[in-house]
Amino acid sequence: MSSVATGTDASSLRSASSKRRGDATFKGVTLAAGALVFVVLGAIAVFLVVKAVPALQADKSSFWTTQIWDPDGTAHFGIAALAFGTLLTSFLALAMAVPVALGVSLYVTQYAPRRLATLLGYATDMLAAVPSVVYGLWGVFFLLPHMIGTQVFLARYLGWIPLFADKNNQVSSYSKSVFGASVVLAIMILPIIAAISREIFRQVDPAQREAALALGATRWEMIRTAVLPPSWPGVTSAVMLGLGRALGETIAVALVIGNVYKIDWHTLIPGGHTIAANIANRFGEAGATGRSALIASGLVLFVITLAVNLVARYVIYRAGAEERSAL
Amino acid sequence: MSTLTATGLRTGVLPRWGLAGAAAGAVAVTVALFALTPFQGTVDFIVVAAVLMVAAVSVTSWAVEGRRRAKDRLATSAALCFLALTLTPLVFVIGYTVKEGIKRFNGNFLTHSMAGVGPISSGGGVYHAIIGTLEQVLVASAIAVPLGLLVSIYVTEYAGGMLATSIRFLIDVMTGIPSIVAGLFVLAFWVLALGQGFSGFAGGLALAILELPIVVRSAEEMIKLVPASLREASYALGVAKWKTIVRIVLPTAASGITTGIMLAIARVIGETAPVLLVVGNNDFIHTNPFNGPQSSLPLFVFEGAGSSSAFDVQRAWAAALTLVLIVVVLYVAARVLTRRNALNGR
Repeated sequence: MSSVATGTDASSLRSASSKRRGDATFKGVTLAAGALVFVVLGAIAVFLVVKAVPALQADKSSFWTTQIWDPDGTAHFGIAALAFGTLLTSFLALAMAVPVALGVSLYVTQYAPRRLATLLGYATDMLAAVPSVVYGLWGVFFLLPHMIGTQVFLARYLGWIPLFADKNNQVSSYSKSVFGASVVLAIMILPIIAAISREIFRQVDPAQREAALALGATRWEMIRTAVLPPSWPGVTSAVMLGLGRALGETIAVALVIGNVYKIDWHTLIPGGHTIAANIANRFGEAGATGRSALIASGLVLFVITLAVNLVARYVIYRAGAEERSAL
Repeated sequence: MSTLTATGLRTGVLPRWGLAGAAAGAVAVTVALFALTPFQGTVDFIVVAAVLMVAAVSVTSWAVEGRRRAKDRLATSAALCFLALTLTPLVFVIGYTVKEGIKRFNGNFLTHSMAGVGPISSGGGVYHAIIGTLEQVLVASAIAVPLGLLVSIYVTEYAGGMLATSIRFLIDVMTGIPSIVAGLFVLAFWVLALGQGFSGFAGGLALAILELPIVVRSAEEMIKLVPASLREASYALGVAKWKTIVRIVLPTAASGITTGIMLAIARVIGETAPVLLVVGNNDFIHTNPFNGPQSSLPLFVFEGAGSSSAFDVQRAWAAALTLVLIVVVLYVAARVLTRRNALNGR
């Protein structure tokens, strides 16, 4: 046996070392792929900064406080109106989408029978799958013309709020406005918030819910006492992820916003612009400085969305939940 | 059933016909309102009727069943209304796209390019855009899928502790990068810094950045589902770890990973912003993705949507329908695949 053993020993030793080498190589390759994620994120920041600098140096007025955008002509341009419009449209969209999204995901997880819930899940996912350019096209040719009545209504009855005031009687005709863009954005981020909060509501321990019901709670009381409290961190981050999406949405907004470079609280009148939409609409005509200026504005957008996403993910990770849902 | 609860025993219970009566009353009030006052329009009618219905049901319930039950009914009906509010845009977006798109959607449209077709002529098609889109997505997937698989393998099988967590964290953060920023990055890096010019490949690079995190996330979830006993059996037979991963883990997770890849492709195929910045635009059939501007379906839709020509707009709708159909087919195929595997697994 020993004579045989020497032979097998040698070969098994060899195979063991080749096995180890194969393992080390494979691990190295996968590690390199993992490291590439760091590299890509870093490269995005570095290249945006490098290509933004020429425009920032060429800018004859302050980049942060100027509202107009004319990098190739007079070299006066700034991000103030764009950043304002980005934040305004995104927060209006959140205000519209969040209650609806939470209502839907509560309905799907707490009220609907299982089969219906699955079906509704597909339906909301479908809403997320529609390309943003289709939303833009639909917004321009269907939603905006059909929204005039709503705008008139808002201006008439809620006009005392500056947001909905009708300045110079412009509300009753077709127009591309901040409000229209916010509605389109709301429709687009709704399925994202709904999908994540759905997963989060699903994670609630059934024993808690049953205990609440057993104590005589109505279904709403059960939701308020057993479902919502443990879900708040998750819901918060779902909302923030929706916000991140709204801030960065480009094409749909580019088609339905007024392209006006002015800080204006009146959301119903023609006007408004966002950082991302500005990039899409001005890129075609941009010269060297123009492109660089657009990259500078994109850098600002990148930093804002990165911050929002970091906070959102941090909240999820700290909550310790493994609920990194599919979106 | 509700009569048996504690609340039901002590307080009155609203019978079925009571709820129906309250709802019918609300509709009647709405009809009267629209007949007697300047209110008008179908949408307005539905909205007003829905609000009044919720109010009527809640108030009736409050009167008969008490405050707690009334709140419960209010919450239930509000949730239902929100559901309707969510499904309405879906129906209208898809419905209107089909209605407008079908006018120009035919074999001729799918097999012809825009070569020599001006904005004031009704002909032309999206053949060149379909080729561009397919090639760009192919480039993106050729980069993002292998890379994404490797990253997900590293995260699930090798890395532990801080490194895995931080890679996972960054991948999650990467899903939140706006598509326009991915486009700007490729513009700054590939087109401007390296001087490569507009091409389908540049578009593929930008799409790959967006596709990568989606592939990693779904593949990771699928690899995690592979039972540890399979791996252990393989180790016990003396198989190397890398071989176990390649021959046992990946094949087991393959169908789930395929589903994830299909969904990832469905997500990036409609991205317009990055393509707009780095692919250029082209009315002609251009099959070489590595050199020269191409077209793509989303870009075609975007250009048409902003055009003042009615023909361009019609073509945009037909192209939008094509795009939606592609996405729906990918999406449904992915679901069917998941379902079939779930059934097989039983």
